[in-house]
Amino acid sequence: MKLRIYVTLKPGVLDPQGKAIEHALSGLGFSGVDSARVGKLIELEVAEDTADADVDAMCRQLLANTVIENYRIERA
Amino acid sequence: MKTAVIVFPGSNCDRDIAVALEQATGTAPHMVWHRDTELPAGIGVVAVPGGFSYGDYLRSGALAARSPIMTAVREQAARGLKVLGVCNGFQVLTEAGLLPGALMRNAGLNFVCRDVALTVENAGTVFTHGYQAGEQVRFPVAHHDGNYVADPETLDRLEGEGQVAFRYAEPVNGSARDIAGIVSADGNVLGMMPHPERRIEPAHGGDDGKRMFTGLLEAVGA
Repeated sequence: MKLRIYVTLKPGVLDPQGKAIEHALSGLGFSGVDSARVGKLIELEVAEDTADADVDAMCRQLLANTVIENYRIERA
Repeated sequence: MKTAVIVFPGSNCDRDIAVALEQATGTAPHMVWHRDTELPAGIGVVAVPGGFSYGDYLRSGALAARSPIMTAVREQAARGLKVLGVCNGFQVLTEAGLLPGALMRNAGLNFVCRDVALTVENAGTVFTHGYQAGEQVRFPVAHHDGNYVADPETLDRLEGEGQVAFRYAEPVNGSARDIAGIVSADGNVLGMMPHPERRIEPAHGGDDGKRMFTGLLEAVGA
């Protein structure tokens, strides 16, 4: 089973990489981009019987830093 | 006094901090590999050095913080062992939950590598008692992810409890409230982005950093 884990910065946490992208897009002449935020996509191939609680624990213990990041798990 | 330095794959300031500790104590520190599960008996200080543990993959310090030796560091820190984390070591200590907050990409997106001025905010910690409160010192910095963030309540608590040890005296990386180094609530864990171990003799351009090591060892009772 494939899992996609999206790790994103919490709202309100300044994202310097997102800001740089936002400025670069406007430099390319694209108007109307109000903000850009950079996150991560982590794809895991796991056993079919992997419990939701285990995936959640993986995210909390390692994949996301919950001080600054949120995560979302998607089953592909 | 016996000391130890943790070595992760990618640590590159481990020997610098070992030299600084040896100069201050007269004894070479134990170099402890990250896969070890125990710290040497009877050490008074353990250093988590700078570098790029695990290539900064996933997040700076994230993988190192989950390595076997860090369980022992966490247990010993809870019993009062003095833990000094510099640069990547600071990132590892926040990721390990030994210090609050997190370190993000520098606000200017530049790798910052130069000498910076710092203000000693709290000279009452075991790590900083070789300095005067309010004194300005110069340490080198060399980091990409030194932008300290924490929620406003945590920042207020750090300020209120005297846990801000060093503050940048000039803009460096966008750190919240210009925080350059913090101590834990119990005061026995210090994390800082600047490198005191790279400023321990005149050939380094000054020895402001040396006083951290000599002061720490006096405080711990070398």
